[in-house]
Amino acid sequence: MKKFLFGLGMFAIVVAWLIVWTALPWPAILLLAVVLGAWLAFTRSGRRTLSVTRVGLSTLAQRLGSSSVIVIGIAGVVGVLVAMLAMGEGFQTTLRQTGSDGTAIVLRGGSQAELNSVLSRDDIDLIEQKPGVAHDAQGHPLASAELGVIANLPKKDDPTVEANVPIRGVGEEAWTLHPNVKIVEGRRFKPGLRELDVGIGAQRQFAGLEIGKQLRLSGQEWTVVGAFVSNDAYESELWGDAESVASAYRRGSSRQSVTVKLTQPSAFDQFKAALTSDPTLKVDVSTTRDYFNKQSEALTKVIRVVGITVGVIMAIGAIFGALNTMFAAVATRAREIATLRALGFRGLPVVVSVMLETMLLALAGGVLGALVVWLIFNGYTASTLGANFSQLVFQFRVTPQLLWTGIKWALAIGFIGGLFPAVRAARLPVTTALREL
Amino acid sequence: MKYFHLIWAALMRRKTRTIFTMLSVLAAFLLFGLLNSVRVAFTSGSKSVAGVDRLVVTSRYSIIQGLPQALQGQIASIQGVKLVDHANWFGGVYQDPKNFVLSFSVGPHYLDLFPEIELPAAQRQAWEADRTGAVVGEALAQRYHWKIGDKIPLQSTIFPQKNGDKTWPFEIVGIFKENKNGANGLDQVFFFHWKYFDEANGFGGRDVGWYVLRLDDPKHADRVAHAVDALSANSDHETKTQTESAFNASFAKQIGDIGLIVGAIMAAVFFTLILLTGNTMAQAVRERIPELAVLKTIGFTGRGVLALVLGESVLLLLIGGVIGMGLAAIVAPGVTKGSGGMVQLPPVGASNWLQALIVMVVIGIVVGVLPALRGMRLKIVDALARR
Repeated sequence: MKKFLFGLGMFAIVVAWLIVWTALPWPAILLLAVVLGAWLAFTRSGRRTLSVTRVGLSTLAQRLGSSSVIVIGIAGVVGVLVAMLAMGEGFQTTLRQTGSDGTAIVLRGGSQAELNSVLSRDDIDLIEQKPGVAHDAQGHPLASAELGVIANLPKKDDPTVEANVPIRGVGEEAWTLHPNVKIVEGRRFKPGLRELDVGIGAQRQFAGLEIGKQLRLSGQEWTVVGAFVSNDAYESELWGDAESVASAYRRGSSRQSVTVKLTQPSAFDQFKAALTSDPTLKVDVSTTRDYFNKQSEALTKVIRVVGITVGVIMAIGAIFGALNTMFAAVATRAREIATLRALGFRGLPVVVSVMLETMLLALAGGVLGALVVWLIFNGYTASTLGANFSQLVFQFRVTPQLLWTGIKWALAIGFIGGLFPAVRAARLPVTTALREL
Repeated sequence: MKYFHLIWAALMRRKTRTIFTMLSVLAAFLLFGLLNSVRVAFTSGSKSVAGVDRLVVTSRYSIIQGLPQALQGQIASIQGVKLVDHANWFGGVYQDPKNFVLSFSVGPHYLDLFPEIELPAAQRQAWEADRTGAVVGEALAQRYHWKIGDKIPLQSTIFPQKNGDKTWPFEIVGIFKENKNGANGLDQVFFFHWKYFDEANGFGGRDVGWYVLRLDDPKHADRVAHAVDALSANSDHETKTQTESAFNASFAKQIGDIGLIVGAIMAAVFFTLILLTGNTMAQAVRERIPELAVLKTIGFTGRGVLALVLGESVLLLLIGGVIGMGLAAIVAPGVTKGSGGMVQLPPVGASNWLQALIVMVVIGIVVGVLPALRGMRLKIVDALARR
């Protein structure tokens, strides 16, 4: 019964620690580390702990094989976790950067994505005249009616695989409305011609998009004349003249979306009210920030959930590995620990020293895992199917935030893996331990 | 088998250590069970037996371009084609934009192309007779609690009706099961009549989205595919014809290199696992050196000791691994259900089990071989004297 209560108590400590640990922000953890350091350096029991820890660490070299189980095991957990989260982060950031509060996008009601939408020329004219839309020096509304279509192109890394590449037909105003988009090579397409500018993301993923190359879209030859960067979702696209794209895909004068520049972000409500109160228009409007954020939500959530689930299962495996190693370490040092206790050392220094040793190993593992992922995956380019049923190119982002998360996980695993062996070491009856060979 | 008792005793010599190691193995194979079927599904496309005699005809240029209805007759007359029919993407949502419904308007014989669809004959007849009738997969019906006779509205994200209304009323007249051969997620699909769609549709032309055709013999796939593509070569609606599994695989590849990602995760998991169990086995043998020497003294050969230690490590992996896989088999359907179909985990199948068992034995041998060799080579006198 006593044993059971003791086990229950330990379990409660672990759970409480995990809850507190996940909630703690980094300044609090820094404070905790400083307090621990001060205790080790300035109090009597702290200095004793330190010397016991030093003895433990000095024998590490003899237990290299089993100690590396903790380091590598935790490095594996942190590596997989951080890599998955970095993928989600990169995807989300790419879409988030595409939008802003200062521009709004109008689609036909209920369409959800540009691909599904269609707006007639009459609708577009009405939308552009609504209050809240900014005008240029000549008094023209700053609005871009755009057309999105999809083409099948072979991938660069495997030409037998054809994937969907988005093609955006835009007008002159688009370059003003999407200021992130900058030509880095070649020139802008000329209106009325079958010319394309390619985003460098698309250029990296698909074959035959170098400047000067011809490609066949809807049975016609198009020429690539320029490449652009934008550091957002547009980089995955090919841009051409709206009229030319519309005629190639037989869309007439209809377009799919209108992006407008608002006089100021707060003018959105006015613009929205004007659109919804117009009985001739059945459209949805949102700021481009909302529109693109919404597109990233579902996939980002799936990636996070999968990453954390895999991480938790791996962490459980790593905890048992750490427990094994530390129980063995404590067992080999049982006599030494018992001797210390016979000399008058209390239980606390022993417990803390074993915990410290485990957490140092865990920290090493966490740093190793995070470092490897950062070296391999930071900026790693990947692509997936976006909301418009076409390839969206994005880069993994290993942010400091994620690295910190990884290290927090490592320390949590180290804590649990060290706690039980530490308590065992402190509770071992001195006499039995001394007699043990 | 005679020595099973001996191996078991060795394994239980230090219960805590063995149990902890087994729990690590369990965690690793739980992941293996959950992820490997995902990896296989994404790398090889649909391997369902039922789809080998089907070809999918789509526009060569992109999925958003349709194909003329006139093509159907021409395809049907190609030798080797048993049946052909068309379908269109509808892009339906139910009640809330989040509730996406995989919905197609299809020609009258489209369902006959999929023998793995099991629809009671009476319901099939009811469907033929009802212009706004729809037949839905069992999984989909369960998700939204639809019953036969329910009148449900679907909103199309693409197509408004001629009167401008975006809501299309349907009546559920049939709920079908997907038999064992099928593995295409067909039981998530909502089928309704192309005729209803075509008459009421107020947007776009009268082109169809894609054709599916059934061959009289899978061996004719290449010839028929070329013949179909030749029909529209150099027109403005060139086609691309491929087998159903190739079509599905190309879709999966567009979502991303899931196979690669999952493969990398599993590599990390198993690298760690080998290190961990290897360490356990090394410890176990190290502290048992004198016992092994005693075994050799009473007549066990070097090879015998080798086999005993290898048996021990394989058994360790097998126990942990089988429990882990069993757990995965229980958890996987739960995850699919719990996520409301957001995450589709394929069930843990026989081939998956087989692969897992092979991996268990291989890892067991890999981690056991060094300690086992040590046991085989030890000299009795040295070992007994603890030198």
